[in-house]
Amino acid sequence: MSSPAPVTDWVHDFDHTDPTWTENPYPIWDELRVKCPVAHTNRFLGLYLPTTYEAVKEICSDTEHFSSRRVIVRNVRLEPPPPAPPASSDPPEHKHAKQILLPPFMPDAVKKLEPHLRALCNELIDGFINEKGCDAAARYTKYIPTRAVTNMLGVPEKDGDLFIKWIHELLEGGLHDDARVMQAIREMVAYFTDQIEARKKHPTDDLIATLINARGEDGQPLTDAHVQGTLRLLLIAGIDTTWSAIGSSLWHLAKTPADRARLVAEPQLLPTAIEEFLRAFSPATSGREVMKETTVSGCPMKPGNMVLLSFPAANRDPAVFPDADKVIIDRKENRHVAFGVGIHRCVGVHLARMEILVAIEEWLKRIPDFRLDPSSEIRWSGGNVRGPRQLPLLLGKG
Amino acid sequence: MSGTLRIRVDPDKCQGHAQCKSLAPELFELDELGNAHEIGDGTVPAGLEDKARLAQANCPEIAIPINEE
Ligand code: SF4
Repeated sequence: MSSPAPVTDWVHDFDHTDPTWTENPYPIWDELRVKCPVAHTNRFLGLYLPTTYEAVKEICSDTEHFSSRRVIVRNVRLEPPPPAPPASSDPPEHKHAKQILLPPFMPDAVKKLEPHLRALCNELIDGFINEKGCDAAARYTKYIPTRAVTNMLGVPEKDGDLFIKWIHELLEGGLHDDARVMQAIREMVAYFTDQIEARKKHPTDDLIATLINARGEDGQPLTDAHVQGTLRLLLIAGIDTTWSAIGSSLWHLAKTPADRARLVAEPQLLPTAIEEFLRAFSPATSGREVMKETTVSGCPMKPGNMVLLSFPAANRDPAVFPDADKVIIDRKENRHVAFGVGIHRCVGVHLARMEILVAIEEWLKRIPDFRLDPSSEIRWSGGNVRGPRQLPLLLGKG
Repeated sequence: MSGTLRIRVDPDKCQGHAQCKSLAPELFELDELGNAHEIGDGTVPAGLEDKARLAQANCPEIAIPINEE
């Protein structure tokens, strides 16, 4: 596998895995929004990038021209694309696939996990609170969504490490390398096959059981491919994204003492602040495949290309958000699309919001003072999901 | 100066983000699949006008029309 060439022309040749983008994508989007609201690159077998809120929203609501059958933008396009319903489903199949998943992710259902996650946050904090500093990504943020997913799926907590390895292979390592993706998918299929077999012998009431017991619109059990695809989706969509959102929020608070002090003094402002962190540092970007020729914001789009549907760029659009480049923790009007918009809005939104709130709230209670450690580097993940994977912090007053 | 406000959730647009319900639980409910609807006939009781406007301004689907009667 060879590394892609560095980008010199963002308007005609962008690459969302380029280190410049991974490090700081915001100026790139600002440039593109002005010069070309729907940019195109020949990389990734042909890819469009809408950077305005309007264009992103328009594409999300147009299931006729844009298919969700591929949602990860890669250099290889598997034929047929491996399904991950409902994220990869188009209408009319989409509706039923999503309805199966909605009840376990309703606000009241995810609330049951909350005490458990609060306890986990405190246990994690106990592990480093007496040290001078810590890598908050490796020792805190990563465990919270991982534990939420293992608990919901009803699998051993230690398997979370495996999940993180697969996610890395699929979302980062495998963007340019088919063999790594196929290997990760094979391992996941084998893993879930064992889990499903075990539940056939000893029924449980977790999310894997929900899928095994679910019926399709024809009244028949879901196909193995459907169950397996949805389970992969729950891992891929549930961990990296929330891990990133918690990490970016802590990163901002570490370098913004005024916001930190205000949230310590006014914890009731946290839900509003978290919406703003979600807007300003949206972790997740999705993909679509262009199925029929069309025009968006005056830009012609051709079938055979993919679209990198950048919710993060849409959320920085100054046409919709005044002072879009500033983090305003009491921003009142915030129609951000960090969780997507339209029929594919994230099923896990209530779970994610709860996790982020609990993680930041418990951290601020125990560690009101912290800052970036200037002697060590921050490392951001690249590709479809962006967030700190290494977040060195110094704890306590400086 | 202003009359009574009346809110409505457009069921064709709502995708169940639940921002309305969390910002104005007095005015919105969710069904078992998470889609929102207005409580009662959608008339906003006096004193809750700001909450109604806040919910409207935070719905990513622009699914909450407000009428002033
Ligand atoms: S915020 Fe909008 S989309 Fe979300 S539940 Fe309320 S009306 Fe529906």
